Amino acid sequence: MTQTLAGYNFAYLDEQTKRMIRRAILKAVAIPGYQVPFGSREMPLPYGWGTGGIQVTASIIGRADVLKVIDQGADDTTNAISIRRFFARTAGVATTERTVEATIIQTRHRIPETPLRAGQIMVYQVPIPEPLRWLEPRETETRTMHALSEYGAMHVRFYEDIAHHGRITTTYDYPVIVNDRYLMRPSPIPKFDNQKLDMSPALQLFGAGREKRIYAVPPFTKVKSLDFHDHPFSVESWDAACSLCGSTTSYLDEVLTDDQGGRMFVCSDTDYCRSRTS
Amino acid sequence: MSALPLLDEEPPLLVVEGLTVAYGARVGCRDVGFELWPGEVLGIVGESGSGKTSLLNALSAKIEPAAGRIRYRLRDGTMADLFDLSEAARRQLLRTDWGVVHQNPRDGLRLTVSAGANVGERLMAIGARHYGEIRGSALDWLGKVEIDRDRIDDRPSSFSGGMQQRLQIARNLVTNPRLVFMDEPTGGLDVSVQARLLDLIRGLVADLGLSAIIVTHDLAVARLLAHRLMVMRGGEVVESGLTDQVLDDPQHPYTQLLVSSILQV
Repeated sequence: MTQTLAGYNFAYLDEQTKRMIRRAILKAVAIPGYQVPFGSREMPLPYGWGTGGIQVTASIIGRADVLKVIDQGADDTTNAISIRRFFARTAGVATTERTVEATIIQTRHRIPETPLRAGQIMVYQVPIPEPLRWLEPRETETRTMHALSEYGAMHVRFYEDIAHHGRITTTYDYPVIVNDRYLMRPSPIPKFDNQKLDMSPALQLFGAGREKRIYAVPPFTKVKSLDFHDHPFSVESWDAACSLCGSTTSYLDEVLTDDQGGRMFVCSDTDYCRSRTS
Repeated sequence: MSALPLLDEEPPLLVVEGLTVAYGARVGCRDVGFELWPGEVLGIVGESGSGKTSLLNALSAKIEPAAGRIRYRLRDGTMADLFDLSEAARRQLLRTDWGVVHQNPRDGLRLTVSAGANVGERLMAIGARHYGEIRGSALDWLGKVEIDRDRIDDRPSSFSGGMQQRLQIARNLVTNPRLVFMDEPTGGLDVSVQARLLDLIRGLVADLGLSAIIVTHDLAVARLLAHRLMVMRGGEVVESGLTDQVLDDPQHPYTQLLVSSILQV
């Protein structure tokens, strides 16, 4: 689709708003992991469906960009399709399902298996940006804690996991320290994907629409997952390989195939799986 | 309390001069000054509303005083003005060198995580990152405050009032602080539990050589724990001196009233 919707500015948001969001993004890139407040706008979809990610994408997208949108690794879910169509209509940009072709990848809950390259931008949809929120409800206090790098109490949660279950049971939205400084929630990606954040050649932008925060991990930035010396960070592993493409290195979803107990494991990243089978 | 430490050998740990706490036009405490030496326990007594808690809050850097100076001798031996320190340094001091035991354990404990995590939190806050070692110290401290080791994974909300108070003490002492503030540590506990808690505090203070400032309205607690007493009324210190001296030979009419109000059983 090349014809954009009449009556709307390019990529839906007005230019002043885009400028404001770009300023927030620049600040976020300059201070890796720091949450920059911004004036989040009403978007034509409910909070929690990716309003933060859409605003970030709308502010950075240009006519030459190629957009890919994934939801839980898949390109063909309702949310992913809707957002992709939204930008096809309002900005007239090309869209793709292929990771290698995309210049901007908006995502909910996954980082593609195909390694990202320099020049690509990941845009994450973030529900709750504040990693300290569970332990401190006051925003004034969490900001002070960030300012003073008081992150020790974060380990209380992991201590509890180990005391009760023998291991760290946090499996997604696993907190990280960015550039040896700021504590950051990587949005609800599985901890399997945490390692892809570290020293990634792509720029990674995080937008939280309801909470009105933008933060970023610039290319080639150190991202370290929290852990204990005697309980080091580890990622999920599976006994099975993908039933479709046979991959043993990708993140697998368990799919029930009937009501007789039949099940199969398949790649959560549909584009990666397809590229290996075709 | 016997075995008063030798006061001449070391300079004071805490020096307070002309401390005034105001809430707008209302005064919490006025022109309070004293010195606290290493290993010394200072009791602050007085009726409710006399400014004890205001004073304690200012001393423990929770509220900023309207006037006066609080100087504290850091571990490297230098005297630092508490409110000249950066906020980061002040909070670091509170987490490591100081402890605050609240009257209500709910203010000092994290009730939604286990007892072990409560004790371990201060260790993790100063950089401990080895689960086994953190758990080891937590077990050790639970033993010292007489909480069964197999309660380590239970939440403090399932503990009795006395146990919660002892857990709070363990949580504060795990980082080997040099100065502990206690606000009515035995308030709301029945007398037999109080007695055991007092025994415990007395033992820990003596063993660890802690300095402590204990706020209480209970003169019996003050007599058991404190080397020195300050009597407060209406925001001002009306009398101060050695505990036995103040309680056995009170000079100020208000102190006389306070001492004569003790129930004789």
